[in-house]
Amino acid sequence: MRAIEVRNLSYRYPGQSDYALLDLNLNVDEGEIVLLTGPSGCGKSSLIRCINGLIPQMYGGQYEGEVRVLGLNPAVTPTRVMSKHVGTVFQNPDNQLFALSVEGDVAFSLENLGLQRDDIEKRVREALERVGISELRKRSTFELSGGQKQKVAIASILALSPKILLLDEPTSSLDPLSARSLIETLVELRRRDELTVMIAEHKTELLAPIADKMVVMDNGTVIDEGHPREVIERAIRFNYAINVPKVSQLSALLSEYLNSSIYLEVRDLVDALSEIGCSD
Amino acid sequence: MIEFTDVHFSYHGTIRALDGVTFTIGEGEIVSLMGENGAGKTTIIRHANGLLKPQRGRVVVDGTDTKNATVAELSRKVGVIFQSPDNMFFLQTVYDEVAFALRKFGYTPKEVEERVSEVLRFFGLERYRDRSPFTLSGGEKKRLSIAIVAAWNPKYLLIDEPTVGQDVTYRRLLVQLLNEFANEGKTIVISTHDVEFVADLRPRVILVSRGRVIADGSARDVLTDEELLKRASLVMPQVPQLLRSIPKSGVNFKLLGVEEGAREIVRLFSRG
Repeated sequence: MRAIEVRNLSYRYPGQSDYALLDLNLNVDEGEIVLLTGPSGCGKSSLIRCINGLIPQMYGGQYEGEVRVLGLNPAVTPTRVMSKHVGTVFQNPDNQLFALSVEGDVAFSLENLGLQRDDIEKRVREALERVGISELRKRSTFELSGGQKQKVAIASILALSPKILLLDEPTSSLDPLSARSLIETLVELRRRDELTVMIAEHKTELLAPIADKMVVMDNGTVIDEGHPREVIERAIRFNYAINVPKVSQLSALLSEYLNSSIYLEVRDLVDALSEIGCSD
Repeated sequence: MIEFTDVHFSYHGTIRALDGVTFTIGEGEIVSLMGENGAGKTTIIRHANGLLKPQRGRVVVDGTDTKNATVAELSRKVGVIFQSPDNMFFLQTVYDEVAFALRKFGYTPKEVEERVSEVLRFFGLERYRDRSPFTLSGGEKKRLSIAIVAAWNPKYLLIDEPTVGQDVTYRRLLVQLLNEFANEGKTIVISTHDVEFVADLRPRVILVSRGRVIADGSARDVLTDEELLKRASLVMPQVPQLLRSIPKSGVNFKLLGVEEGAREIVRLFSRG
């Protein structure tokens, strides 16, 4: 089933003559991990805001076209209804956390929904388990590392049991090991809970290997989409202004040995090279 | 020169951030401070512009002990760009943000106009000249924050996480820009855990872990040393990671570039 459907979407922020999004079309199936990439200012964040309804509900502006998220129209569906289906995690976890303890942050939105105490307790416990930070429950949010804070932000969203998780450059303030651990968490969430995950990121080397679908945007519209391996191959051939993993760049330089195959991960390229005789 | 001698610092007297840091950075050098979140990178940068003063040890920048100077006195020479660009903006337009410090530093209106136009063109921000900085995307804001400081041409340029949220075009521009600055004799210090960017820039690398310097050497040596990278919670860049994993003897894995990596693999094939 379709999780997200975008039809001929165009959008201008209030007072701007340039289009932030222009005649954009996109389909995302339930349970997919989608990597959204493209140059700075290409409209990735604007698209995310159209899917969760912040555009046009909070931003105003000029909006044309149609968006359907699990059958709902985010342009007119009240935020409190949308937020039960779609959770958004932003670049900087500090803007999303404010309680004195990890459990306080995760429980906050649940208390606002007026849930029973037992239900809140259960949901907080499960959300922390799902992102693997149960042991941080009583800690103060302020003393956590960037990666831990980002996981608390995700847990506080998961506690609301959304079907779709949107992440806007979630790894940008994280060191490489924390970023990797965050991505393993996302893969696990998709596998266990069939969550649909859409991630806007420049770091294709981290996300392309785990994504089911890669979408490239430029100037407010989708210029390419498909399986990450195919999109990366076209990105090299047509020189898209996106980050191409170095492993893939290397594969392209070695195309005469590799039968023109493009690899996304170090271990896959190592295996391919061993197979064609690059080993002792 | 930037000289740190046995610098100790604790936030609120309890959380130890720097635990005896010593290094010297010369004119025209590009240095990358690397290490995991919380290693002490940002605390080092805050010491270099006098925002923080060492509780023990000494920091001397361009011959001035930072204990004897205010941040304002140092700012003409030492430009710092912090991680979060939003905290830096306060004016109505992108143009005014870049012009502000130039006016303060006594440039003539004509010089201000020329300099601002030049900088905006270089950073690809010309079309936003009359827009509010807050309407830019995250990546563009970061770019503007660097443009603002580059405009007044400080002798020392310190940039905290310059590649956060940046696309490939800007990353290439940044490598070019930092090299040009260094060629003019400026001293550049960046803090980052972006190993692929450092593999492209090839600066001297000072590796920091738990408030101590654990390595100081070329990008080629540091970024291909698995043991050191592990201690600093960093990941080896993809090219040396790949070369190291090839099950063949005699592979030179101390290579960071894609082209040189490919040449090494071709050499392995031709060797049979």
